Amino acid sequence: MRRRRASAPAPEPDPTQGIELRGVGHVYGERTVLRDVDLQLTEHRVGVVGANGSGKSTFARLLNGLVVPTSGRVLVDGLDTATHAREVRRRVGFVFQDPDAQIVHPTVAEDVGYGLENQGVPADERAERVAEVLARYGLAEHADHPAHLLSGGQKQLLAVAGVLVMRPARIVLDEPTTLLDLVNTRRIAELVAGLDQSVVVVTHHLDLLAGFDRVLVVDGGRVVADDRPAPAVAAYRALMADR
Amino acid sequence: MLALYVPRASLLHRTPAGVKLLVLVVLGAVVFTVPTLPVAAGALAGVVLLGLLAGRLPAAVLVRQARAVAVWVVAIVAFHAVATDVLTGVTTGVRLLALVLAAAVVTATTRVTALVAVVEKVCAPLRLVGVRPARIGLAVAMALRFIPLVAERADRIREAQAARGGRVRGPRALVLLVVPLLVSVLQLAHTVGEALDARGADTA
Repeated sequence: MRRRRASAPAPEPDPTQGIELRGVGHVYGERTVLRDVDLQLTEHRVGVVGANGSGKSTFARLLNGLVVPTSGRVLVDGLDTATHAREVRRRVGFVFQDPDAQIVHPTVAEDVGYGLENQGVPADERAERVAEVLARYGLAEHADHPAHLLSGGQKQLLAVAGVLVMRPARIVLDEPTTLLDLVNTRRIAELVAGLDQSVVVVTHHLDLLAGFDRVLVVDGGRVVADDRPAPAVAAYRALMADR
Repeated sequence: MLALYVPRASLLHRTPAGVKLLVLVVLGAVVFTVPTLPVAAGALAGVVLLGLLAGRLPAAVLVRQARAVAVWVVAIVAFHAVATDVLTGVTTGVRLLALVLAAAVVTATTRVTALVAVVEKVCAPLRLVGVRPARIGLAVAMALRFIPLVAERADRIREAQAARGGRVRGPRALVLLVVPLLVSVLQLAHTVGEALDARGADTA
């Protein structure tokens, strides 16, 4: 008879440890998308850049356990994403490139409340926190509007609001501005800059990385540069110029 | 395309979702067990008046919904005109219209979360056979959220095909639409699954 493996009780998370990748590799079928990644991310703002298909989306998904590595381990504040996925996802919010894929309820306020419902937050506190977040991101007047009628920029704000309302300790954003115009890109950039949480942003918008603490360049499934933004971006430009 | 919630402060909006759904069910039963034109027409008139007065809905909401089923109503009347008689056709058509508009009034005056709560309560006994009511509720909410999105994707594919000189009507166009739409929807479903996980859905 098959038995469900009992997961070990979660150890107390230790925020000073940050996100740690130990000998991480990932394979989809026969395609290797990441190999030999060893990193410790303790900085407040970390950027990740790389060409299409370089493995950076998989990298982002490793950080909150959406993808579990086929080799090696990913530890978030000391919690292993393979064995403590639930706790890890509670700690790490994730914003997707396409907001349409992450808005799951028909109206704005209902969607923001969704994550809180999953956390078992009581209805009146839920309503209060939803209203507060909607007001902060300029969506209050749209609370009862159908989500599909929002503009692209508003949809991305809604997606971010739906994550922030859950008060995660860390946030990973996977190309949050790729589908946005300049104004909305700037709006998201300002929003990210103002967050108290530690942030990892995967992006093609190199301007976004200006004030960051550390930037990783991913190529062919490896981290090929790891530096302050200016030298890392220069390395990335040089790498792409050779193609 | 889909009459979603229309925020208003009205009597119908304040009525509990369970009551509205129950009335909808009773109306459906009555209209179908008493298949006469006066009953069907009365139901239709009642629904329209309720929606406009008690629900303070804009007439456009009801017109849009009626237009969406107009083709079917016409087809039903035409079918009966040939197969049975015009009166039966009109009765059936009016019946359908009354029920569709009644459903539209309920959706337009009820928040999806309230509807979902009722669905979950009604499905609670299924817990005994291992079904989780919360999941059924989520499925209902997501269906309402994604219908307009899938329609939008279909439009985008049609546009792309038209831009390259493709036909946008007829059976061949439909086949050419369905395949890319299916691919697009499956990709979307994959990411939505990830998003549900990321937002703490109980998918274990």
